[in-house]
Amino acid sequence: MRNIVKIAARNLWRYKRRTLLTSLLITLGVVSVLLFVSVSGSFRNMMVGQITDSMIGHIQIHKKGYLSSMDSLPLDRNLSEKQVKKIRKLLADNSDIKAFSSRIRLGAMFSNFSETTNIRLAAVNPEMEMKTVPLLAARILKGKKDGLIGRGEVLIPELIAKGMKVKIGDSIVLVANNKDGSVNGQTFTVRGVLEGISGPGGRDGVMHIQDARELLRIDSKEVSEVAIRLKDMDRLQMVYDGLKQKLGSIKNKKGKPIFEIHTWEKLSPFYNIARMIDLLTLFIKVMLVAIVLVSIMNVMIMAVYERINEIGTIAAIGTKPGKIMALFVTEGLLLGILGTVFGVALSLGGIAWMNASGLSFNFGRQKGLLLAPTIGATEIIIVAGIVVAIAVLGSLQPAIKAARMDPIKALRHI
Amino acid sequence: MTLVESRNITKVYQAGEVSVKAIKEVSFTIDEASFVAFVGPSGSGKSTLLNMIGCLDPPTSGTLRVAEQDISDMGRSRAADFRGKNIGFVFQDFNLIPVLSVFENVEYPLIMVQDWASDKRRKRVSELLEAVGVADQTDKYPRQISGGQKQRVAIARALVTNAPLVLADEPTANLDRKTAERIIDLMKKMRDEFGTTFIFSTHDPRVVKNAEIIFTLEDGRLIRQHTGEGGNHA
Ligand SMILES: Nc1ncnc2c1ncn2[C@@H]1O[C@H](COP(=O)(O)OP(=O)(O)OP(=O)(O)O)[C@@H](O)[C@H]1O
Ligand SMILES: [Mg+2]
Repeated sequence: MRNIVKIAARNLWRYKRRTLLTSLLITLGVVSVLLFVSVSGSFRNMMVGQITDSMIGHIQIHKKGYLSSMDSLPLDRNLSEKQVKKIRKLLADNSDIKAFSSRIRLGAMFSNFSETTNIRLAAVNPEMEMKTVPLLAARILKGKKDGLIGRGEVLIPELIAKGMKVKIGDSIVLVANNKDGSVNGQTFTVRGVLEGISGPGGRDGVMHIQDARELLRIDSKEVSEVAIRLKDMDRLQMVYDGLKQKLGSIKNKKGKPIFEIHTWEKLSPFYNIARMIDLLTLFIKVMLVAIVLVSIMNVMIMAVYERINEIGTIAAIGTKPGKIMALFVTEGLLLGILGTVFGVALSLGGIAWMNASGLSFNFGRQKGLLLAPTIGATEIIIVAGIVVAIAVLGSLQPAIKAARMDPIKALRHI
Repeated sequence: MTLVESRNITKVYQAGEVSVKAIKEVSFTIDEASFVAFVGPSGSGKSTLLNMIGCLDPPTSGTLRVAEQDISDMGRSRAADFRGKNIGFVFQDFNLIPVLSVFENVEYPLIMVQDWASDKRRKRVSELLEAVGVADQTDKYPRQISGGQKQRVAIARALVTNAPLVLADEPTANLDRKTAERIIDLMKKMRDEFGTTFIFSTHDPRVVKNAEIIFTLEDGRLIRQHTGEGGNHA
């Protein structure tokens, strides 16, 4: 084995320029993939983090049918107190869940005493909400951040603050339709201005859940949704499946499920962008495979052709076809490894450089987000594994051809 | 003891519509430790015959026994195995492996064909390099040595496995006369030293005369077998 590697390595060294060019091509491919994966991956994770941690949470539970009519913020599709209790019990027992927050979503008329507009609000319990969406407080542009929201206070979206010329500390009136059709209004103090982000609920104001109940004249502890934060985002699908199965088994008298459950992916349009990034990554990986396959195969076909006489010689003196094949496959393998090692080293250097130089970008209304590209060991191992496997695959056909050569014909070849 | 025994072997090459009878019903025997030359004009079938004896190409008909084995009809893998154990090859163009040093070229069959332990292997290779007179070239690469030296290394490689038979198709064709004679002398010396049978082909009469037994081929037929000048005891 050692000698096969030795001979293969020397044959690579014998055609230095060709070896260098081919491994450079592979290096280039590996670098493109790893840099793309790391940059797009960190962009993706950052955006997903923004969306889940400042607004949606990882998973949400609603009453069946709520989501499809969410735009109208229906109060008659709320989860009843009894149903909420069931959900709470289920969530409290689940060790994967870090926190959850119950919210009432409502629409109201917003008045600054001279003008009126519509406002959408999420009414929350501040402690629960801060644990479930820890980055929400970071979206408060003006006003104090700790404690999130108190009784008699409201956080209003940036757009309304500008459009209605409302400042922190101003009194405003919220008027809301109750379930029974009557109308109720209350005065609130503007506590802060919230930065808007894209996605459902991204331009909603925030108020205290107890205030919402008074405004809406709701006596029971019903809520519109329960948002959930997981300890480990990687277990999202597993936790989701588990909860879905448990919730699905709770049925009403007609035998229909009472609840609906969604991951952030279903709730946010960013999921499609994330999917697109994943697709692009896949596409680039396919390109890498093609580059490696074609370049290795090309070089190995040439190597076999140039060495027909040598193949004839070693076959004549008794080298078994399997060993001849191994010689060429090893050569391709070494070439693949060479390109991969260079590529990984260069990529890690590139990633370190990007981190050191502080790459920033703008996403929607968010300016100067600092991109911190990283790459996991698993991703490196997967990419390296693919390249090495393809290198072997690419040299297989020429190697088999060499192994099957008739020694006499090969010896006579000039 | 008989090492090679050929009975009525024929070789027909099929080239499309035309079939060429390269060897026609040839029979002969060669004893162990012989020093044999096949001679004849170009196209007479010397290479074809040597290839068959070397288990590189099966005869079309007839039986061919080498080292007490019938090699007339062997599969590829068994043939490779047989060659690795019983036959050493010396080629007209030397055919050393360019990426291996002189030492490594001679060592090659002991690693890649047979499986010798490293200390035994080194000893054997040094012994052979000494015997063929290139002990001072061990670390050089084929491109750094002369044609005569290359052929000496090739002879060492052919002998290193203790094969009972070495086949050399035109081993001196690419060498000047003096060097050619030295190579033939070396082969004979190796025969004396190791008891290895050498069969070579040539159309150089000055080389032929050093053989002990000379087979003359013409148009695929064995037309004469006689003792050469070198054959005082054959
Ligand atoms: N693979 C082949 N296909 C068809 N014909 C062949 C093949 N190999 C050899 N021949 C023919 O067989 C005959 C004998 O060829 P061979 O090479 O054995 O001659 P030779 O005595 O070695 O000649 P030389 O001295 O030129 O090397 C020739 O007529 C040659 O054309
Ligand atoms: Mg010939």
